[in-house]
Amino acid sequence: MTAFRFPGSRVLAWLLPLPLAVPTYVTALVYVEILDAAGPVRSGLRNAFGRGIADAWFPEVRSLPACIVLFAFVLFPYVFVAARAAFLARDPSIMAAARTLGSRPVHLFLRVALPLARPAIAVGATLVLLESLNDIGATEYLGVRTLTVSAYTAWLNQSDLAGAAQIASIALLVVALLLVVEELQRDRSQYHGSANTTARGEPVELRGIRAGIALLLCALPVIIGFVVPAGFLALEVVRRELLEAAGPALIGHLWTTVFLALAATAVVILWSIAIVLAARIRPTRLARRIGFVAGLGYAVPGTILVLGLFGPLVGLDTALSRAWELATGEKARLILMGSGATLVIAYVIRFMRVGIVALSAQLAQTPPEIDQVARVLGARPAALAWHVQLPLLRPALGGAALLVFVDCIKELPATLLLRPLNLETLATVVYGAASRGSFEDGALAALVIVLAGLGPIAWLTQAMERTPRGGARAPLPDQAAF
Amino acid sequence: MRTYREGLRLASLGAALLVGTSGVLAGEVNVYTNREPGLYSATLDEFTKATGIKVNAIFSEQGLAERIAAEGEKSPADVLITVDIGRLQQALDLGVAAPIRSEVVASAVPANLRDPEGRWTALSMRARTIYVSKERVQDTALTYESLADPKWKGKVCTRSFQHPYNVALTAAMIVKKGEEKTKAWLEGVKANLAKKPSGGDRDVAKDIAAGVCDLGLGNSYYVGLMANGKNEEQKKWAAAIRPVLPTFEGGATHVNVSGAVVTKHAPNRDNAIKLIEYMTSPDAQQVFADVNYEYPIRAGVPVNAFVASFGALKPDPMSLADVAKARKRASELVDEVGFDR
Repeated sequence: MTAFRFPGSRVLAWLLPLPLAVPTYVTALVYVEILDAAGPVRSGLRNAFGRGIADAWFPEVRSLPACIVLFAFVLFPYVFVAARAAFLARDPSIMAAARTLGSRPVHLFLRVALPLARPAIAVGATLVLLESLNDIGATEYLGVRTLTVSAYTAWLNQSDLAGAAQIASIALLVVALLLVVEELQRDRSQYHGSANTTARGEPVELRGIRAGIALLLCALPVIIGFVVPAGFLALEVVRRELLEAAGPALIGHLWTTVFLALAATAVVILWSIAIVLAARIRPTRLARRIGFVAGLGYAVPGTILVLGLFGPLVGLDTALSRAWELATGEKARLILMGSGATLVIAYVIRFMRVGIVALSAQLAQTPPEIDQVARVLGARPAALAWHVQLPLLRPALGGAALLVFVDCIKELPATLLLRPLNLETLATVVYGAASRGSFEDGALAALVIVLAGLGPIAWLTQAMERTPRGGARAPLPDQAAF
Repeated sequence: MRTYREGLRLASLGAALLVGTSGVLAGEVNVYTNREPGLYSATLDEFTKATGIKVNAIFSEQGLAERIAAEGEKSPADVLITVDIGRLQQALDLGVAAPIRSEVVASAVPANLRDPEGRWTALSMRARTIYVSKERVQDTALTYESLADPKWKGKVCTRSFQHPYNVALTAAMIVKKGEEKTKAWLEGVKANLAKKPSGGDRDVAKDIAAGVCDLGLGNSYYVGLMANGKNEEQKKWAAAIRPVLPTFEGGATHVNVSGAVVTKHAPNRDNAIKLIEYMTSPDAQQVFADVNYEYPIRAGVPVNAFVASFGALKPDPMSLADVAKARKRASELVDEVGFDR
């Protein structure tokens, strides 16, 4: 997408991140609906070729391989967005130098471009890894026994919360280990490009059959990850006349969802700024570890996180309401749990990593010499943070905020368990319909989730498009400190 | 910059709105439900109409009993409504339930469908049936044990055996036959599976309709919901199957319940008990029977005609409390034989 230009490539740059807007559980529900033995595809095949042939070779959609493929298509934009930013931002003079030294295109890609983008791809891949690990809705629906599902079983059927905690800890340990390995590797390899080059790497024009192949390959993820699920939802909405039946209730749920997501996003961004700047100004181990630990909430399956949160949150809440009682003499109920504040807290814990990663990546792109110059000129740490580093972070703030926002809108498990009475978000509406066994009734809410995510993602792409080639301003680029 | 400043403003506004609705008002009852409230919203609406008491609810399939336990004495929850005897037992184990002191409930619900100490009561009953293909299976009387018969090799479908409905069935099998025979039974059923356990009970009907398998486990009421719902595809699945009320060898049909507990720290205890009394009243029981296709627990309330067509239900007399106690072992056995793998 960055090295070549072919018919449709500009549009595709906009479309490729879109699968991010579709929650994984929605994609799973849709594909089971379509590809199941009773679904339209297999029924059609059966009519065409007869039962024996059609059923013999058709892969089972509720299986581990299908689950992997599905996750790949839904989550690949994390890698795509990060890698593309890195390819766009790389210094074209390096490529030019390699080319003059006689490097062939394949070599150029494998030996030069790919290693340069490795940190960015790793950041994206880590997000994919964590998202897959914390999933429960889609995996359970597809009948895949993951560690997360095992933890569930121990907890629900065997009333063995300790056992569940053990299994969850194993999962967490695996993640922590992978993250540490990834980070150690990155420490050893520092990639510096000259950030202020004016040269532009011109993409190569593709024509004819090669352009066709490129178009097909690049369009496939969009079709599978976005067009089919969103199309299916839209079709159900029209077919069941859900739009006509939708009342003010759904609009209310939409606002609730947006309120909560905005509040959580604001907290995540402010807090990420503090953590990232602290690690920059005092690059101690402690500062980096704080960032690392703060981000771990992303790897924990939502429901398990919530079970762990019940104790501390309610403890805090009880203390608050006692204080209120002392101060006013009135009897008070739980304030945080009753107000939705717990939801904001849970979102912040879950999605902190998204904010930290995006912001630290931005900061890592500015050479440390800038800080040194400021310090030499007499700037104290506070002034350095306020006058130098905060403005440097600005380009990444929007992108980071949007990623967090989209994640909050899709959030389900914490919302289900921590919400106040009568509170519904779009995700819980979809969940409720699916629980009643009529997922299609929730199609409109699901579609609204997708649409709500579309705006932010399009904005993100646009921000990336504005980035000059060879420049350094990309929201999810190549060197993250955490 | 503007985005998050605006965000903050909207958020504080939102928080203020939410706080405004969270106080304790007279004439309310707060329900935590593991059952999708849409399934019995008609009953709740009728209750509000009859009593003027407003029903507030949150729904999640799991974790709500833990939440009540964590919230402790300040929990807003008055009532926990749940399905499956294991879940009711879990509420007792977590110590969130208080005795339901009501003559009305005691006289409406048979003793074997209530906690001996009065901490839970059943609200409705369902049978674990076997859906069979109308085309390919002629049997009209089946036992749960027969699902392990090698003649069904490659012909059986089921949802995960770690799902509470199947855990309860396995637990009932333990109560009936002991652990060893239950384990052999699980292995036998597993050997007969046409596909990996997945989906829900409706998917069993769906798979039978699609020819993936010939028979499988499913709750009784799903047949009614599928056959009489507004989803055209599900009507076809229901039309392809015939529910058989199976029995244990030397026993009768395995039943499970939906039920309710009143919480220990219920702020609206009187209203909570009124709600449960209403849900066991003849009117509400008739709604459970006719709208949800469940078996009413109150004597004298007729079974829906569609459900009656499955045959006369004869629930196994074993104590549901014993089943609840065996469920941990049942779940472990399911893991030991690797049923879901």
